[in-house]
Amino acid sequence: MPVMRSAGGTVSEALAEVGSLARLAGAAGRRVGSSLLRREPMRFGLALHQMREAGNRSLPLVGLILLLVGMILALQSAYQLRRFGALELVADLVAISVTRELAPLLTAIVVAGRVGSAIAAELGTMRVNEEVDALVVMGIDPVSFLVVPRLIGLMVALPCLTVLADVLGIVGGLLVSAFVFDLSPLVYLRASLDALVLEDVWGGLLKALMFAMVLGLVGCERGFSVRGGPEEVGRATTSAVVVSIVLVIVVDLAMTAILYAR
Amino acid sequence: MRPVSRAARPPAHGDDVAIRVRGVRKAFGSNVVLDGVDLDVYDGEALIILGGSGSGKSTLLRVMLGLERPDEGSVHVRGVDILNADQDDLRAVRERIGVAFQAGALFGSMTVSENLDLPLREFTDLPPSTRSIVTRIKLSLVGLGGAENLQPSELSGGMKKRAALARAMALDPELLFCDEPSAGLDPVTAAGLDRLLIRLKEVFGVTLVVVTHELYSAFAIGDRMALLHRGEIRALGAPDELRRSEDPVVRRFLEREADAEDESKVTFAELERAGSGHAE
Repeated sequence: MPVMRSAGGTVSEALAEVGSLARLAGAAGRRVGSSLLRREPMRFGLALHQMREAGNRSLPLVGLILLLVGMILALQSAYQLRRFGALELVADLVAISVTRELAPLLTAIVVAGRVGSAIAAELGTMRVNEEVDALVVMGIDPVSFLVVPRLIGLMVALPCLTVLADVLGIVGGLLVSAFVFDLSPLVYLRASLDALVLEDVWGGLLKALMFAMVLGLVGCERGFSVRGGPEEVGRATTSAVVVSIVLVIVVDLAMTAILYAR
Repeated sequence: MRPVSRAARPPAHGDDVAIRVRGVRKAFGSNVVLDGVDLDVYDGEALIILGGSGSGKSTLLRVMLGLERPDEGSVHVRGVDILNADQDDLRAVRERIGVAFQAGALFGSMTVSENLDLPLREFTDLPPSTRSIVTRIKLSLVGLGGAENLQPSELSGGMKKRAALARAMALDPELLFCDEPSAGLDPVTAAGLDRLLIRLKEVFGVTLVVVTHELYSAFAIGDRMALLHRGEIRALGAPDELRRSEDPVVRRFLEREADAEDESKVTFAELERAGSGHAE
């Protein structure tokens, strides 16, 4: 049956993709291990450059989106909570939703579009231009030189962006509560801080760390998979964004189940 | 394989084999690109791998560099079996070779001098000030003095190829591979690059392996030539021996009939002139 064949093909492609990502993750992990054992150089300069790239590219958009999402969340919840005389619970709802879920997830989605796609395009172009081959024949390991710094850069930048997103999401809720529902900002802030436990923040940051690995690995793997001409780079870039977002949501579900389902 | 002369040897450079290729076969799906290729590259010679589009010459170069794994056969570079060598041996071999890719393959995120500095930084303990001097010397060598701080995107096609040559020469390699060094360049720039390659070979004693379909360049640079046709080495010998070959495939290739793409290029009479110019 064509439908079954098509579904089988999709599952097989997805498994191949996961296998390829796992191999790349293993290779990157071994290079980091070698660097820690001082068998390979630790490329701090390149990692720092990647951190700046990832942070600078995404910071304004992440800030704006989380501010607006905090406002939307406050508006939506306040209309319902006000009917039960529990308007001050808006602060709890916004703080917990943002730190546990929305900040890490939305930040990862923005970074997938801004940085994950850029990584795939950059490495794809390097493949097309034989720059990756040039590294290999120079005896420079492409995983160590290109993948590890990008992974480290993202694994530092994404949690930092998530902290900023946490703050701006709460500020968005505070602005709506103060200006639309006349809730005192101090009361709102106190309620937010009372509602949050450290586990919420750490859980969100742990998610951000895992999302960073997913985004970095998918971007690099898609870039390295480019064969042929420049048109393939475009395909790899689009594919990197789609695969990253799907995998981020799958990982999010798994981590939410592990961290909070009890 | 139909060698023009099996005895063909590079002139006055000894018999040491730098690269030995044996029985290399490579297919992409049902398309057999290399079919039992045997080839030796001798120390100090300039070997030209000639062939039309799709003849397998770039694949052969990639196999010799260890970038492509053949389905069958072996490749030894300086006695090291590069298809089965461990990482340390492979790295040691790669430190002794330089490669100038067709489009330069300069790293777009680095300046020209940073491109040259990379292999020096990775493989030597030289301080930055010394590396900077080496970089400037290599750039002057290829006629790019003053281009240190330019980005690759600011370079013309010929300048990119020169910068790529300078980077390939950064570690003073024993073996220099060039993929289509003069492709896409105007005749004057192409002739300049040919002269540069000849000078690098003569001054540094580097062994050259040049893949090209540009006959003018091939006859200007080469001590020996291997003509690849349909994945096999159809002819192998000194330039004069190829010129005298009665093999119809060789004749067609040299007379520009083998490949319609080459119709606009030089005539056989021009090749004669190029050959005599090289001898001067």
